[in-house]
Amino acid sequence: MKIVYTDNNATTKVADEVIQEMLPYFGEFYGNPSSMHTFGDQVGKKIKEARQRVADLINADPDEIVFTSCGTESDNSAVYSAINAYPGRKHIITSNVEHPAINNLFKLLKRTKGYEVTFVPVDKKGLLSLDVLYKSLSDNTAVVSLMWANNETGVLFPIEEIAQKTREKGILFHTDAVQAAGKVPIDVRTAGVDMLSLSGHKIHAPKGVGVLYIKKGLKFSPFLIGGHQEKGRRGGTENSVSIIGLGKAAELAKEHLPLMDTRVRGLRDYLQNALLEKISSCSVNGDLEKRLPNTLSIGFDAVEGESILLMLDREGICASSGSACTSGSLDPSHVLMAMQVPFKSAHGSIRFSLSHYNTKEEMDHVIAAVVPVIEKLRAMSPFWKDGKVI
Amino acid sequence: MWDYTDKVKDHFLRPRNVGELEGANAIGETGSLNCGDALRLYLKVNENERIVDASFMTFGCASAVASSSALTEIIKGMTLTEAAKLTNEDISDYLGGLPREKMHCSVMGQSALKKAIANYRGIQILEKPGQVVCECFDVTDLEITDAVKKNGLATTEDVTNYLKAGGGCGKCLDRIEELIESVILKDRMIK
Repeated sequence: MKIVYTDNNATTKVADEVIQEMLPYFGEFYGNPSSMHTFGDQVGKKIKEARQRVADLINADPDEIVFTSCGTESDNSAVYSAINAYPGRKHIITSNVEHPAINNLFKLLKRTKGYEVTFVPVDKKGLLSLDVLYKSLSDNTAVVSLMWANNETGVLFPIEEIAQKTREKGILFHTDAVQAAGKVPIDVRTAGVDMLSLSGHKIHAPKGVGVLYIKKGLKFSPFLIGGHQEKGRRGGTENSVSIIGLGKAAELAKEHLPLMDTRVRGLRDYLQNALLEKISSCSVNGDLEKRLPNTLSIGFDAVEGESILLMLDREGICASSGSACTSGSLDPSHVLMAMQVPFKSAHGSIRFSLSHYNTKEEMDHVIAAVVPVIEKLRAMSPFWKDGKVI
Repeated sequence: MWDYTDKVKDHFLRPRNVGELEGANAIGETGSLNCGDALRLYLKVNENERIVDASFMTFGCASAVASSSALTEIIKGMTLTEAAKLTNEDISDYLGGLPREKMHCSVMGQSALKKAIANYRGIQILEKPGQVVCECFDVTDLEITDAVKKNGLATTEDVTNYLKAGGGCGKCLDRIEELIESVILKDRMIK
């Protein structure tokens, strides 16, 4: 069966070019990049190139790039470093729609370290309540951490504007840009953020490699204590192969960025409009404009997400209900709940997230599959009668 | 992805006895849109109190659909007295087992059946005894301690998986923890 992969916010296909770039470093070039000998240094040079390529993607300086094991490690490192930098400050700020890497960390800091946490709410379109955010900034605030783009809805937060405010108040600002990278332009200079997290496997690099951008001059305390790797900012022998892959992926992401705004957006809109037209009682979650070009979160009334996914799975279609990370949980996604999406559509919300590898034919396959699945499930739903919700 | 048995998958993809049942003389409903799953069970009961036909309508995940489908297959041909003895484990066993996190789907089947039988006999199901602990899913302290005792549940996650209690806003999780501890303490004292 042909697989139609529309779950690119969960993870992405490793690009063929990335695989080619990595292959020699699995076998022939196995040296330790920190070694004094030429053999190891060949890998060291390749990592240096990767660092430059990643820096180019976000307009950073290579010295500002620290390789980590994943987006979660980057997020954790950033927040712990920030609170260590300001031990006297006992207030931290985030939103109530963050990825668990931030959400659960902030809850833990509240429970175990006594931090006062402000979870800034979002409105019904998933847009951040800037009033609440700005009012909560104080001399006691150690760090503000907000995602650039939401993983479930694709809704974008105004990072540049927020960074300006936090800078005026002298508060550190970290952004989780794991979902934004490669989908919208990121320029750390104009955005003015202090720290920024990226993940390799969301931009067609392999899993197990992430990036933390740390603005030059910022006091940083490492999360993983060990050797001198990453200039003492992250101990542990480098995951050379994946870092080299990520370098290539970053270069490709920059090259393909214009496709996101044209072709991928076109496919997403085509899928969205067709589903809205062909299926009654369904609605898009999140602001239609301030949104990633590849993401569609759509709620079908009176049916349940897992059932939809398993039926689509039979047609080779990969999608997700809420966040893939929460697929082991029974409750509707905390993001949709924070947006006050009504239960009738929150439970039946599906996320389709595209990449430049998707085609119009694939979208037609998805549309042709979704319509009868929803019909079949509604036919057995006690909340659906005569073409509407009861 | 959940580790569903082939039988669960089969009953999900080809559910038996779906839809309203013409001539039904008993209906049992449980769950709600808010909970994320709901089941309406229709029974046709003859003059000898034997279930001659059953059907269902379900909103929920694959295991909710499969549990409903299995329930209707199990109870067809049973007398009401026999059906009243059916437990959620019977439904789960029929399907070759359910993931622990999905056991509440079989509980839902048992609950809808109880309500349908009461409906047939014209019995008003009384207000549940005990105090409501989980307001999101209307679960009482007695239901929780009962489930903890009978199924050897040890954590709040276990309770949520069985009864959904604590799976909504999470406000009651501390209270659930207390209830689990009280059962475990009593258990120790008896031993």
